Amino acid sequence: MDQTISPSRRDLLKNGTGVLTGLVIAGSPLALIARGSVWAVDLTALTSSEGAALMAMARTICPHDNLDDAAYALVVQAVDRDSSKDPRNHRLIKEGVASLGASFATSSENDRVARLKKVESSEFFQQTRLKTIQVLYASSLAYAYFGYEGEAFSKGGYLLRGFNDLRWLPEVPPEDSGPMPIG
Amino acid sequence: MPHIDLKNDSAVVIIGSGAGGGTLAHELTRRGIKVVLLEAGKRQSLETFSQVPGEAFQQLTWLDPRTQSGSWGVARDFPTLPAWHCKTVGGTTVHWTASTPRLQSWELRPKTTYGSIAGTSLIDWPIPYEELEAYYEIAERRLGVTRRNGVPGLPASNNFKVMYAGAKKLGYQQVHTGHLAINSRAFDGRGYCIQQGFCVQGCKMGAKWSTLYTEIPRAEATGNLDLRIECTATRIEHGADASANAVIYRDSRGQEQRQKARLICVAGNAIETARLLLLSNSSKFPHGLANSSGQVGRNYCHHITGFVWGFFAKPVFSWRGATIAGIVEDEAINRPSRGFVGGYRMELVTLDLPTFPLVGLPYGWGRDFASIIDNYRNMSGMFINGEDLPRADNCITLSATVKDAFGLPVAHVHVDDHANDQAMRKHAQGQMTKMFEAIDARRIVVGPVPPATHNMCTARMSADPRDGVTNARGQTHHIKNLFISDGSALSTPGAANPTLTIVALALRQAEFISQQMKAHNI
Repeated sequence: MDQTISPSRRDLLKNGTGVLTGLVIAGSPLALIARGSVWAVDLTALTSSEGAALMAMARTICPHDNLDDAAYALVVQAVDRDSSKDPRNHRLIKEGVASLGASFATSSENDRVARLKKVESSEFFQQTRLKTIQVLYASSLAYAYFGYEGEAFSKGGYLLRGFNDLRWLPEVPPEDSGPMPIG
Repeated sequence: MPHIDLKNDSAVVIIGSGAGGGTLAHELTRRGIKVVLLEAGKRQSLETFSQVPGEAFQQLTWLDPRTQSGSWGVARDFPTLPAWHCKTVGGTTVHWTASTPRLQSWELRPKTTYGSIAGTSLIDWPIPYEELEAYYEIAERRLGVTRRNGVPGLPASNNFKVMYAGAKKLGYQQVHTGHLAINSRAFDGRGYCIQQGFCVQGCKMGAKWSTLYTEIPRAEATGNLDLRIECTATRIEHGADASANAVIYRDSRGQEQRQKARLICVAGNAIETARLLLLSNSSKFPHGLANSSGQVGRNYCHHITGFVWGFFAKPVFSWRGATIAGIVEDEAINRPSRGFVGGYRMELVTLDLPTFPLVGLPYGWGRDFASIIDNYRNMSGMFINGEDLPRADNCITLSATVKDAFGLPVAHVHVDDHANDQAMRKHAQGQMTKMFEAIDARRIVVGPVPPATHNMCTARMSADPRDGVTNARGQTHHIKNLFISDGSALSTPGAANPTLTIVALALRQAEFISQQMKAHNI
């Protein structure tokens, strides 16, 4: 599982400014790999409420209803990490989150969409949209959710693991295809 | 590895280790010629290739800043990344998908074939096809190209079954798993393709030809190659007689070095090759080296490209299998009744996560955007590779505002689509859409034009020195010992992925250079 998700909350608040926590959805991909029923991500530059607003923003930008919150929390963690490295970026995120208005995290999806449309051309939105896509769809949680199997070298490729197992269309005749390289 | 002294002026210096530079280095060193090969990037290996897409992108890609302008979609959709090529030993042959069609005979005579077209700077190649053909044959044997010389094709993947079924419904005839420099069986000390689908991240099997693990180690084995990694050429100098005599570069510690040279070959990929010539201006050559025609950086071509995605009721698992192992070649013809000149190929493609939503989809967010990605398992993909027409003003220039880590102006890329380009792209997108519709796609998404992976023609070969930068051997028109050895030297792009042509030209150029050196003409 992603190293960035720790189901243990023991040391989370040691140096942190905020924390995001959630429950693992029963039957979800995360449930198969998580060590407990709770996940948590600590924040070092952003507050818990800023984290919650950013998580709602990520869910509004890329809404996949049955994808665990923990996957979206990874986006918030990446934004927080960038903020802690660069004061200019920290300010951009803080002001950006403030520009979304009060109670963004708890407002309806329609309301969140409307508020995001108002700031769509801002650097804050553009940067956060890009970060959301880069981080969300690169996580093992997302891979499991979308059925993407990813890297295959360590498993011998897909040659014997379904690269040609599609059966709902006709097979390609040999002259336009090629032989299997092994037995 | 031999150390060639900085003051030694008897060696050939090659800048860039990709398809052109890496092949040339091997061909010269095996003929006994000493070569200094400068490579800006680091050296990876089958063991070190990252299989995390985002990491692999960082590991292999040329990420130095660039600026851009113009009406093409890339300037709008990917403002910081006009081109996607490599900065690593082996150059772009490390991340290429290894499609190796030939240019066709008429594609070397586009001006004759298409006639004069307003708003273009079309020229015919100074080489007849018959002359290039012999080198294509050597290159195809060297690279082990499938469906040539008795080498079998790759077996059809799920993604290709979709393409094949759609293409056949439309009546296309030339549909197969492609001519690829990917081993369909063990060859040349390299293993066969195990259908990983991670061609772009660097093939950990080495099944895909790359100079990184073919030409370069062989050049090293001759004892004649001095490969210097993390060495970025910043300037080419010339003597009073106007012959090139040294390359200034920054070494891996950022120190400036000056390597003397008998002969210099530039193979830095078309954007950097043009930039280096422009950076090498002097009082004698105020507009840059080899630029008396004013053509350096001009006529930049990148192929007509674009994704079309089909989404089906049942899974495709498009990521399983060699990325580009499928092609429809019927449209690689010149038939002006289609509304444009020149031809295009339709090539199989897919993208990993997260690259698919980052590069493969039009800008978006929200429910509709996410609903496309929800169907990722059921997706099949195709890509256009068509001939774009050269325009004098589609060019690489030096940025007036942005400088690189060494304080030198970065490349500025300007591209305006020609009406012919737009008509071809629209036609190709229409045909791909029909192919997916013919086999009951539930949804079809036309993707954006991605950053250019084929960069060409910025120092092109021309019969008339006023039209280009080099002669038919890639030798610059006015500096006898300065050569262009990469895709920059292509006169026009045709509809063929460029690597095979770059390799063929490098093989031919190596013969010429060694003859000229032996005869003491250079």
